[in-house]
Amino acid sequence: MAHKEGSGTTITIDPVTRIEGHMKVEAVVDGGRVKEARCCGTMFRGFENILNGRHPFDACRLTQRVCGVCPTAHGTASALCLDQALGVDHEIPDNGRIVRNLILGCNYLQSHILHFFALAALDYVDVTALADYDGADSELKAVRTFIDRGALSPFVPRYEGDYRCDKPTNVALVQGYLKALHIRRTCHEMLCIFGGKMPHNIGIVPGGVTSDVTPDRIATFMGKLAEIQDFIEDVYLPTIFTVAGAYPDYFAIGAGCKRYLAYGVFNLDNNAADVAGRKCLLPGGILETDGSLAPVDAAAIAEDVAHSRYTDECAAPPTEGRTIPEPEKDGAYSWLKAPRYGGAPAEVGPLARGMVAFAGGDDVFKPEIEAALSAAGAGPEVLPSVLGRHLARALECQIVTRAMMDWLQELVPGDPVAAPLRIPQEGEGAGLTEGPRGALGHWIQIKNKVIDRYQLVVPTTWNGSPRDKEGTPGPIEQAIEGTEIKDADNPFEIVRIVRSFDPCLACSVHVMDARGTVRGVHRIV
Amino acid sequence: MPEIVEIPVVWLQGAACTGCAVSFLNSFSPTVGPLLLKELAPGKHLSLRFLATVMAGAGGACVDVLKDTAAEDKGGYFLVMEGSIQTGGPMFATLGEEGNREVPIYETAAELAKGAAAVVALGTCASFGGIPAGEGNLTGAVSMDDFLRQQAIDVPVVNIPGCPPHPDWLTGTLVAVAMYGLEAVVPSLDELARPAMFYGKCVHETCPRRADFDAGRFARAFGQPGCLYELGCKGPVTFADCPTRMWNTGTNWCVGAGSPCHGCVEPDFPDRLSPLYEKIDEERMGRFRLLQPLTRKNA
Repeated sequence: MAHKEGSGTTITIDPVTRIEGHMKVEAVVDGGRVKEARCCGTMFRGFENILNGRHPFDACRLTQRVCGVCPTAHGTASALCLDQALGVDHEIPDNGRIVRNLILGCNYLQSHILHFFALAALDYVDVTALADYDGADSELKAVRTFIDRGALSPFVPRYEGDYRCDKPTNVALVQGYLKALHIRRTCHEMLCIFGGKMPHNIGIVPGGVTSDVTPDRIATFMGKLAEIQDFIEDVYLPTIFTVAGAYPDYFAIGAGCKRYLAYGVFNLDNNAADVAGRKCLLPGGILETDGSLAPVDAAAIAEDVAHSRYTDECAAPPTEGRTIPEPEKDGAYSWLKAPRYGGAPAEVGPLARGMVAFAGGDDVFKPEIEAALSAAGAGPEVLPSVLGRHLARALECQIVTRAMMDWLQELVPGDPVAAPLRIPQEGEGAGLTEGPRGALGHWIQIKNKVIDRYQLVVPTTWNGSPRDKEGTPGPIEQAIEGTEIKDADNPFEIVRIVRSFDPCLACSVHVMDARGTVRGVHRIV
Repeated sequence: MPEIVEIPVVWLQGAACTGCAVSFLNSFSPTVGPLLLKELAPGKHLSLRFLATVMAGAGGACVDVLKDTAAEDKGGYFLVMEGSIQTGGPMFATLGEEGNREVPIYETAAELAKGAAAVVALGTCASFGGIPAGEGNLTGAVSMDDFLRQQAIDVPVVNIPGCPPHPDWLTGTLVAVAMYGLEAVVPSLDELARPAMFYGKCVHETCPRRADFDAGRFARAFGQPGCLYELGCKGPVTFADCPTRMWNTGTNWCVGAGSPCHGCVEPDFPDRLSPLYEKIDEERMGRFRLLQPLTRKNA
């Protein structure tokens, strides 16, 4: 059903579902392989313009509404840039720093579990295998009854032809899917203990957090965390290995640019503004394609707009970033800007954090990766792949849950949770952290006690970026290009690659849709 | 098997952050699995035909689901709209393609609204415009109600505001419709088209820190005990049952975690409720005016 014209077939997938937000992917297939791929976001809100002129503290709440899946990451980045702009970045009380880490940790767990089970798993798991389920599990019986009734939304329509697991495995995987729905809700309940509500927590503020620390909050938190930890070890990680066993070729599909950027996250000291020097649970760094690792230099971050629908003056580092649309710009095919580190694209996200930690010999993350690779009977060369990303995400959950258990014991009930605050006439700050989906930066400039400029460079803008002035495609585009497509009417490979990045399109604030130059478009139905 | 009536629901996302959908996943009683799989109320099953965040399929087949529902279930399906509608240009939000043309979400929303039994405007953005319609926005974002007026589409609208809305607010409304019918639910909505059972009381009236307010015990910094009025609490101008229902399976709520209420369910969120951390301006929004509902713009 894909449309053929000349030597190429263009596959258009609009919308790409089971991601956050609005996205379209176009892939030109020639000789059975993707020759050229372009990804576009299809929604633009203009958040940065809405922030201008507002009270600086409001950014910490409003920027969370950039994304309802990872609002906590935005709250964190916003608080960090405000800490610096307000001159309190060295004064955050330990309770404040630790509770921020706990709140963000809950969001990591929620986001990763949601991503693998609720979003990605339906590419590998066949729910219809439950049609003749005859066991006693009441949730699985409910699935069977649901299938019997015949109204199968939202599980069909779907791509067909590459569900490989046998029936018992599918039954077990569906059971995991249903259990995951409970556990991800539990992650939000746990977040709510200090964060007040979720999505859009109110706990993280400039200077620290709002919630006092009491033994009963700690006790409730520990109870939920223990339940989540069991799920990660008993269900999440084993499920990754089960899927990897059935789809081993996905250890060799979707490598991408093999250059990895991580800012570092979960601050372990009171030095958050020093991106290269601070100590983090998940360390930062830039890992080059030749294997060399260097500390992050924030000055190396800039946005390219050569193929983005913005005026050329918008090509700038974030501290000078502007957003002036030029819809008819020659050669532009996307409203996504193209963030580049030292002039070249970089992948961000759990795999990037894992690769950076692995290369740096991190004593927490590296042994986890080694143990998992050994269990899978594979070497580190399989990590840059679809399955490598899913594996990194699950391993990160293990590391974060263990650290959270330790952090809870470091809290001191009754001690202060926030530094006193005063809004300066003028000030500026950068908040560099990591959302579940990767490197996230907020930059603020305050003038006359209000926001004068606010810029965000978010994970999916890195991963989903268009080509730059050198013509180099973004990481997702690179991951798709060169991939063999077995059935252009059911392009599993493309959606599996795209979803392995866990794109968050609402986060890519600048994004607006634009048409690429294609040689014929046909919707896949 | 006894006959079960399917209630088709299509859930569109405009200028949205997916927070409403994620909040829906936080449903507790019933949880989201049974909500989608089992009967919503005896003899009624909610058939979630379209929600891009969770549906298995991708691409054109999904868009066809919308068209099929509009054609085959005319007058019988519900449109849940998450996010505001961007009327400032066709390209700000699109979904799917027709030929070589990307289809603006406002076109799809209008088509689906025309044939719907009712529109559920879910969240503050869809109900009142919210942040995407805030000062400085470039996209002409408006609420669903304003959009339907512009388009002269006459269809019942139920507003379920909140940033995000509590999952009970949506589930409770859907169950009420399934059990008692739209004809019973619509007349019971308040002047802002909200189900009064969730939005009937002022946060300040039911707040557990109300006694601190009355006694003049105020928190002056984050983490301190006392009423959060001085830290900018908008509870006195906010109508929702957060203090009693609480969030995330009754775990906590904003004031419980030491944060002022920001009034995220209100038509004035965020612009007139900003700065969020500054004390209410009594001139503009004196608390004696507050116990009267704000007037609906287009009522």
